Amino acid sequence: MSFWLESLIILVVLCNLRVLGSSRLTACIQTVALQGALLGLLPVLAHLDALSARLLLQAAASTVLKAAVFPWLLNRALRQAGLQREVEPFVGFTASLAAGVLFLGAALWLAARLPHAGPEALSRLVPTALFTIFVGLFVIVSRRQAVTQVLGYLVFENGIYAFGMAFAEKQPLLVELGILLDVFMGVFVMGITLFHIHREFDHLDTDRLTALRDS
Amino acid sequence: MRPELLHLPLALFCAPLLPGIINRVKAFFAGRCGPSVFQPYRDLLKLLRKGAVFSRTATWVFRAGPLASLVCAAAALALLPLGGLPALVCFPGDIVLFAYVLALGRFCTVAAALDTGSAFEGMGASREVWFAALAEPALLLGLAAMARQGGELSLTGLYGSLEPAVLLAPGGPALLLVAAALLIITLAENSRIPFDDPDTHLELTMIHEVMVLDHSGPDFGLIQYAAALRLWLLGALAAGLLLPVRTGRPWLDLTAGLCGLCAVALFTGVVESVMARLRLTRVSQLLAAAAAFSVLALMLVRGAP
Amino acid sequence: MGAFLLSIGLLAAGGLGALFFSRRSRLAGLFGAGGALLGAAVGLAEVLPALLDRTPRPLRLDWGLPLGSFSLALDPLSAFFAAPILGLCAAAALYGVEYMEAHSSRRSLGPSWFFFDLLMASMLVLCAARDSVLFLIAWELMTLSSFFLVTFEDEKESVRRAGWTYLVAAHLGTAGLFLLFMLLSRQAGSTDLSAVPALSPLHADAAFLLALVGFGTKAGFMPMHVWLPEAHPAAPSHVSAVMSGVMIKTGIYGLLRVLSLLGAPPAWWGWCLLAVGAVSGVLGVLFALAQHDLKRLLAYHSVENIGIIALGLGVGLLGRAHGMPLVSVLGFAGALLHVLNHVLFKGLLFLGAGSVLHAAGTRDMEHLGGLLKRMPWTGSTFLIGSAAICGLPPLNGFVSEFLIYLGAFYAVVAGGAAWGAVAIGALALIGGLALACFTKAFGVVFLGEPRGEKAAAAHECGWPMRLSMAALAAGCVLVGLCGPMVLFWSSGTLLQVCALPPAAFQSLLFGSVLPPLLWVCGAGAALLAALILGALARAWLLRGRPVGESGTWDCGYAAPGPRMQYTASSFAQPITGLFSFFLRPRERASGPEGYFPASASYATETPDLFRERLYEPVFSGVLRLAWRLRWLQHGRIQLYVLYIALTLLVLLLWRLG
Repeated sequence: MSFWLESLIILVVLCNLRVLGSSRLTACIQTVALQGALLGLLPVLAHLDALSARLLLQAAASTVLKAAVFPWLLNRALRQAGLQREVEPFVGFTASLAAGVLFLGAALWLAARLPHAGPEALSRLVPTALFTIFVGLFVIVSRRQAVTQVLGYLVFENGIYAFGMAFAEKQPLLVELGILLDVFMGVFVMGITLFHIHREFDHLDTDRLTALRDS
Repeated sequence: MRPELLHLPLALFCAPLLPGIINRVKAFFAGRCGPSVFQPYRDLLKLLRKGAVFSRTATWVFRAGPLASLVCAAAALALLPLGGLPALVCFPGDIVLFAYVLALGRFCTVAAALDTGSAFEGMGASREVWFAALAEPALLLGLAAMARQGGELSLTGLYGSLEPAVLLAPGGPALLLVAAALLIITLAENSRIPFDDPDTHLELTMIHEVMVLDHSGPDFGLIQYAAALRLWLLGALAAGLLLPVRTGRPWLDLTAGLCGLCAVALFTGVVESVMARLRLTRVSQLLAAAAAFSVLALMLVRGAP
Repeated sequence: MGAFLLSIGLLAAGGLGALFFSRRSRLAGLFGAGGALLGAAVGLAEVLPALLDRTPRPLRLDWGLPLGSFSLALDPLSAFFAAPILGLCAAAALYGVEYMEAHSSRRSLGPSWFFFDLLMASMLVLCAARDSVLFLIAWELMTLSSFFLVTFEDEKESVRRAGWTYLVAAHLGTAGLFLLFMLLSRQAGSTDLSAVPALSPLHADAAFLLALVGFGTKAGFMPMHVWLPEAHPAAPSHVSAVMSGVMIKTGIYGLLRVLSLLGAPPAWWGWCLLAVGAVSGVLGVLFALAQHDLKRLLAYHSVENIGIIALGLGVGLLGRAHGMPLVSVLGFAGALLHVLNHVLFKGLLFLGAGSVLHAAGTRDMEHLGGLLKRMPWTGSTFLIGSAAICGLPPLNGFVSEFLIYLGAFYAVVAGGAAWGAVAIGALALIGGLALACFTKAFGVVFLGEPRGEKAAAAHECGWPMRLSMAALAAGCVLVGLCGPMVLFWSSGTLLQVCALPPAAFQSLLFGSVLPPLLWVCGAGAALLAALILGALARAWLLRGRPVGESGTWDCGYAAPGPRMQYTASSFAQPITGLFSFFLRPRERASGPEGYFPASASYATETPDLFRERLYEPVFSGVLRLAWRLRWLQHGRIQLYVLYIALTLLVLLLWRLG
């Protein structure tokens, strides 16, 4: 069992790297969706001996939202805006990959300083969660396109979800649902805003939106 | 007969089969019959029987290059275990010698290419050292990850202690990342798609092939042979990790190792048939990704108990 | 100590003789180089036995100065650094006899030889000094004599600029050393270095940082390396060889000497050196790759190799801090052997670059090419040096890098995965990039067709120059093949640096360090043998076959010329482009225009990142502040005397009041 759990965690890590290293927006969206699905699967695999309806329901809800609804919304926004690639991010893709490796190192270093209780197979979950949070923040900071920034928020949320899972034997349902709802509203509102920004300005480059400030 | 003596002659004899298999796979995907898998042997024999033509610009460096790269590949072979068979020579740290002997071969090939004074060969040489500079950290860090998981410092020790249980143990799945990195390095170091197209006929787009453009006759044969050996070397590293069959019977393990090598050749052929070559700027990204895999694996393995 | 002092005396005599006969260049060269060669021979007779002798016999003379004393001792650590100084300076002196001839018509060579001998003598005293004041005096003499050597061709503006950069950088470093030795002397109560007591952690940390900055400036750690790429190309080539080969190593010697006084190191010292080493190594080789000037390229490679040495020291210190004696021994052993190896191959490469400059009159690689046919000796020895500096087996560079690698791998296995991985990754990246850099340097300069008329008319140098290059090349091969023996000879030094109990050290050395090294060198010898056998087989294969000659394949183009060859810049471009974030190359291009384009040009230049971004803003700020003080300067001598008198008065009042 630990083999599958650990493989799952490694896949989550790889998803982060793909988000960092890929310039194609559809690929990024797919990767984030995959990451959501993997994280939805994780509690089921971890508690296979003590499955409960609540657990299954929760996993199903988050998986559906993250792996189907959000990607669909984002893809729609992409289609409407006619975007394909993240061009000229603030930090290049190879440099982002290198930064990602550093983040993982930092996450491992930090996680070694946190108390950990739970199954041995999940001991890599805390650093992975921290890593995912870092990557999410990094993507938000280092990319120009609004769509990629939304993706950054999603990755960030995935990280928080994984973090909660690593620490609590049972998920604090309310907290998790609250965050999900927040992000859902966020994605929804952003999808609409993106569309309007695009219609108004003909681009989705957040860097150029600074021209709107009061001067 | 002691089994470690067997691997070297076996590899020296069978290595040209690998390019044969790759060509056969590509022919299959293209809907052709394709040449026999033994065609590389016939090519080699033919080249070895020919005379040679040298450029007037070239010096002894050009003449020494092919031979040196072949000797280096053979020397690396002496350090390589296969399918449970120990290597001819093994000592702590032979990992480093393995990587650097291959680098010596590359140095000689590149120097020989620059010796012709041709712009094409200079370009190929420039790209070769570029790829290699990025592939080297990926290779050594990947092997370091294996060393951390296995607690061994020689190739024979590393691959000898591998068995399916190791991959299933805590930290084991991270080794699959090393395998992925090794496969990428195998493709890069052997100038295969998506890094380089061995079948291209335009000098400007070649990398490895353009470096050896001026070699002819027996020297060219040595180059072809050395290329087959290099495919064997790096392919065996990846295959040994992905197919760690340890039954305890040497012959069975050896067969499994050979099957692994054939699988790597099949994989290469399939990649060459279904993928296009990457744009040059993307190449460094892929190699950086290989290095990132190695570092991730190094971080995620559990370490020897 | 007798022979050692005699050697210094011979050097002094040679130098003074050269100065005395400075009108007659032949005689000056005879005295200068003869003093260096004789001094080296006599000095080696004392220094080599001291390598394994664990009981140094100190020599102590009072010299009548208010501070310090003339106190010397040769322990294995001193001897290990003194021996390469003697060897390389002898080779460089022999080389210099012929190399400097070309300048004899225009200027007197006496002062140059005087400073050469003075540089050599001051480095020797420095290595053996056991007194802070003596150490600092030798340090300053070394700096000044090398400054005068660098500014030999002072009619050139670039040389003067390089000289000033060097002088300022060196003295900023020396300021750190002053503080360091003041701290040590204060704790010890005397200037005697052997009297330093165990320091408190705070003092030890401060001393370590001061040593890192002070000695690091001389050694060329990034970002204190800025003087290296200026001073090395400006100096005459045999002086560059000495400066890069042994003078910067005195920085490493000082660091090791101070570390041996400071007791058990905390882990962060090791991390510090590891980080400095990784940054110096990787950025050093990257900047080297972006250069077109052959000697500037070699100068940046000195930064890279110092980085490798620092990586080894870092691994050694971290191993010691984490209680892994084997890792510590391997790291220090690699660092020490790399010191020796860098002396051999970098000396060789600078001498080779000097021969190229001598023969073709330019250091710009874009105007060179095809020199291997015209200068077979220089070319072949340069090839050996290039392969050695890339760390390729079976040459010496591999032996030392292998030891550092092995230490890092043991660290990864034993639980120091983070720092082990940093060392492995940095070394591997440095290795790959160095290969790119030296295939470029050797390929563009020596292979292909000449890219200019001067290169086409180049000729091989004479026997003194050939002899010194061949000796260094032979050293590269020998150390590569006899690594275990060399390590055994340096085991006394190693023991001193590792600070392990001798019995434990011996068992580690013979049990775990020498056996893999024996394998490596055996494999190297086998590789050479296989190459020779292969060459014979190839010759036999081609015997009696038709072997033709023709032009290089040109893709059907009818009139290929040397100008069409790949240039050094284009060879390096993919890698410099990839790392342009650090390198920030400047391009000046004027493309072809119109239907019948007449001319087009493209030039790149890669100025030093730290010089441009760090030092120039700081120094221009200092300059602006200094301008504010201009009101003090009138140029009237009366006022200056007044300042002096006032200062004296104030001091007097302060002391007595």
